[in-house]
Amino acid sequence: MAPDSPEQAVELTPDGTLTSEGLREELLKAYPKKSRRKREKQFVINEKTVNEDGTVTLPQIGANTRTIPGILTQRGCTYAGCKGVILGPTRDIVNITHGPIGCGYYSWLTRRNQTSAPNDSDANYMTYCFSTDMQDENIIFGGEKKLAAAIQEAYDIFQPKAIAVFSTCPVGLIGDDVHQVAKDMKEKLGINIFGFSCEGYKGVSQSAGHHIANNQVFKHVVGTDNTPRSKFSINLLGEYNIGGDAFVLEDLLERCGIELVSTFSGNSTYDQFANAHMANLNAVMCHRSINYVADMIEKKYGTPWIKVNFIGAKSTAKSLRKIGEYFADEKLMEQIEKVISEEYPAVFEAQKKYKPSLEGKRVMLFVGGSRAHHYQDLFGELGMKTVAAGYEFAHRDDYEGRAVIPDIKIDADSRNIEELHVDADPDMYDSDKVRDKWAKEEKGYTFAEYDGMMTQMAEKALVIDDINHYESEELIKRVKPDLFCAGIKEKYVVQKMGVPCKQLHSYDYGGPYAGFRGAIEFYKDIDRLVNAKVWKMIKAPWDE
Amino acid sequence: MSLLRHTKGGEVHERQSLTVNPAKTCQPVGAMYAALGINKCLPHSHGSQGCCSYHRSTLSRHYKEPAMAGTSSFTEGSSVFGGQANLLTAIENMFTLYKPDVIAVHTTCLSETIGDDIPQITENAIDKGIVPEGKFVIHANTPSYVGAHPTGFANMTKAMVDYFAKSTREDKVARRVNIIPGYVEPADMAEIKRLAKLMGLDPIMFPDTSGVLDAPQTGVHEMYPAGGVTIDELVAAGDAQQTLALGPVCSGPAAKALYAKCKVPQTTMGLPIGLAATDKMIMAMRSLNGGFVPEEIKYERGRLLDLMTDMHQYFYGKTVALWGDPDQLVGLSELLMSVDMLPKYVVTGTPGKKFLKRMGDVLGDKVHESFVRQGPCADMYLMHQWIKNEPVDLLMGNTYGKYIARDDDIPYVRHGFPILDRVGHQYFSTVGYKGAIRVLEQILNVLMDRQDRDSPEETFELTM
Repeated sequence: MAPDSPEQAVELTPDGTLTSEGLREELLKAYPKKSRRKREKQFVINEKTVNEDGTVTLPQIGANTRTIPGILTQRGCTYAGCKGVILGPTRDIVNITHGPIGCGYYSWLTRRNQTSAPNDSDANYMTYCFSTDMQDENIIFGGEKKLAAAIQEAYDIFQPKAIAVFSTCPVGLIGDDVHQVAKDMKEKLGINIFGFSCEGYKGVSQSAGHHIANNQVFKHVVGTDNTPRSKFSINLLGEYNIGGDAFVLEDLLERCGIELVSTFSGNSTYDQFANAHMANLNAVMCHRSINYVADMIEKKYGTPWIKVNFIGAKSTAKSLRKIGEYFADEKLMEQIEKVISEEYPAVFEAQKKYKPSLEGKRVMLFVGGSRAHHYQDLFGELGMKTVAAGYEFAHRDDYEGRAVIPDIKIDADSRNIEELHVDADPDMYDSDKVRDKWAKEEKGYTFAEYDGMMTQMAEKALVIDDINHYESEELIKRVKPDLFCAGIKEKYVVQKMGVPCKQLHSYDYGGPYAGFRGAIEFYKDIDRLVNAKVWKMIKAPWDE
Repeated sequence: MSLLRHTKGGEVHERQSLTVNPAKTCQPVGAMYAALGINKCLPHSHGSQGCCSYHRSTLSRHYKEPAMAGTSSFTEGSSVFGGQANLLTAIENMFTLYKPDVIAVHTTCLSETIGDDIPQITENAIDKGIVPEGKFVIHANTPSYVGAHPTGFANMTKAMVDYFAKSTREDKVARRVNIIPGYVEPADMAEIKRLAKLMGLDPIMFPDTSGVLDAPQTGVHEMYPAGGVTIDELVAAGDAQQTLALGPVCSGPAAKALYAKCKVPQTTMGLPIGLAATDKMIMAMRSLNGGFVPEEIKYERGRLLDLMTDMHQYFYGKTVALWGDPDQLVGLSELLMSVDMLPKYVVTGTPGKKFLKRMGDVLGDKVHESFVRQGPCADMYLMHQWIKNEPVDLLMGNTYGKYIARDDDIPYVRHGFPILDRVGHQYFSTVGYKGAIRVLEQILNVLMDRQDRDSPEETFELTM
């Protein structure tokens, strides 16, 4: 049976003494009452009920709800999601942070979203941090004038094709109208300038920032360049080129004969966004951060979308085939098979090499909005078992699948995030694509489908949303996993406990991990990390 | 291919509103760092959760260590109605789950803009019984739109005095000396304590991040590592004979507050970077110990001096561009001047009234050969433009200098905060005589590596 087989019950520890129920109760006991009530909903045991009709009902998880103050959360803010995650990887937009200096400073080059601007004449502003550095007089008297002047200075010095403005917490409070300033300056300077109301306090996590960012990109940029694209053209949505993942995928798609019009937003440029609506298919990687863009493009232009996953060799092959199947072109499908067969021998070789020293080891993943799911595929390929997992900022559908979307309660925090009303574009809506989609659906091809993380996880595995320091430390103490995956804030805590920690935000400054080549790289890195000699040296000889 | 391809020489663009590649960050991270220097203290960021996440990440990247801290996780509602409910919940959760002795709250631009009154909220927390007996909640106001990260450090350090220091007796305790070390590394704090002890003094150092942000790998995560100044020590600081405040920007305010509160006399001086500044610190300590300097310290000084004399030819006349915090920049500039190097370009985004004057004193008759800029738009972009127009021999500053170093092929020594891409700063001090040896060694290494790389065959030297 496959190590991560969803039917198999999880074994938290090799001796089998620890039960999921017992552990959950033990951990929840320590909370003050109010906090416990909240954590109970976010800390679930993956018990699946098979219904009479064969469908599976998953336990409901609390997700995308407010973080409990003082809990030591992993989460960041809306600004981080907007400026850092979504717009950060686009190299030729001058991103001005409107606020005190810190926000711009901390999001300056810290996310490893790589970019490749081949020539010195190509714009690349990613190495720059632009800020209005608001001072107390700007807070008291307003910062709009300073913002307008900063945009002017940025334009005069850097001559970019577009400028984006990001609001930080005080901006919303003092009532600076960044959108009006952006609009005025756009008229004055004749380049595209747009603002984001991504104050840190909006929403409950960086997820709100992704949404705000994507809405504006959709509203202000997508659809402004109607240059036609080839038959087999796609956009890759929700791939941020951490550690060069997008580079691997660009190469892979090109070799398959698939044209990549744009990536949202790894290694991207302004012009790619502008032209994205001309692609024939949208392939969604990170469901959490961008599924709504795929929906909006479909509504406005008729372009259908599919969920893909290029993390893991098997998933990569499956995703390529799914794209091939969509275009239903013999030659293309042949070429895809050819590329897969070229890549796979090295993958098998690497699996043979690294699996023996990793098979059966237990992993916990608490990260992101899709990574905690996708990376389970890679661990599965190494025979490693995911005993606990959870997202930092995902929503219920990322856990339980898109089927629950109609049941998700919209709370006050979600209502704060603008939902764009989108209609079919009178000129650009492609009804042929829609008819084609219907025909394909009849034949069993599935669009816009995502089953979430829990379906794939072992029975009774722990699924914990927005895990905090207390819970991670207790889990590690009791379960003693062989590997823990999280981010920089957790990295050194976990390692102090003698357990290796893989950062799945920054990849520990390694990667790429996407595609076939990335999978091999990942196997190697995990073997290096888990089987490093140092973990056996912690006890001093005099303590033996 | 240039990494900073849009930075060009020629006309230097004077800007009023747009900061590009800042030479400072915001107050709260300094406050968080300082609070980690209190034993069994959990820092708390009263604002949106992104602030806390950014600060913890930066500190963890810099130290390769856990940096534990809580956040009030403001939402739109708390931003409108105030953050009291969030802070109360946070205090309850933190004392229940993480059991610190002290929670050190610092504010953010958000909570400052809405005007949350932290002492009032804390009082409320005490009334509600969620602050356990014998535990404390302290606070510092650290609006991000005032000052910069050294200011936040200074404010949280001052809060330690405001909340804890007590004068309990008429006479002061002889040889007990408070040392406020400034925004320096844990290794620096340990080194200054070592020197004070060698000088026969009984130092109370606050904050003290040694033993906190350089904790050992033991297989156990200590939520509160052994280091840090204790509450008892902070209380006892009020009875000390003297306070030595190292670095006026970061340490001055706390020393002045301690004098006002407990009448502990204070001396504010520069960070002990380089020979002259360390001499000054040792002399100040000597005035408290009956007038002796132990052989060990004399030996260390002599060793530093020896290096300066022996290797002078490699330093002489070399020009340097520096960016960072005022206290550090003054210290480094003095060290560079002492070996006849020239701090040619110096920028800091951190305000502080006397910086330009202090730099003027250090530069002496070379003042007209240097460009020193402080405040808004005194940033790395400005400095880089200067460099493009007239290059320097060496760069000294934080990690962000690596882009300039590669583009313009300039030898580069990492110093200051943050250093995200190298190790060493956690372990090896750059203060005191021994620290100066390390700084000079680092400078020599990069300058001599450069000479080795660039020398033609006939002048490639075996012995240098």
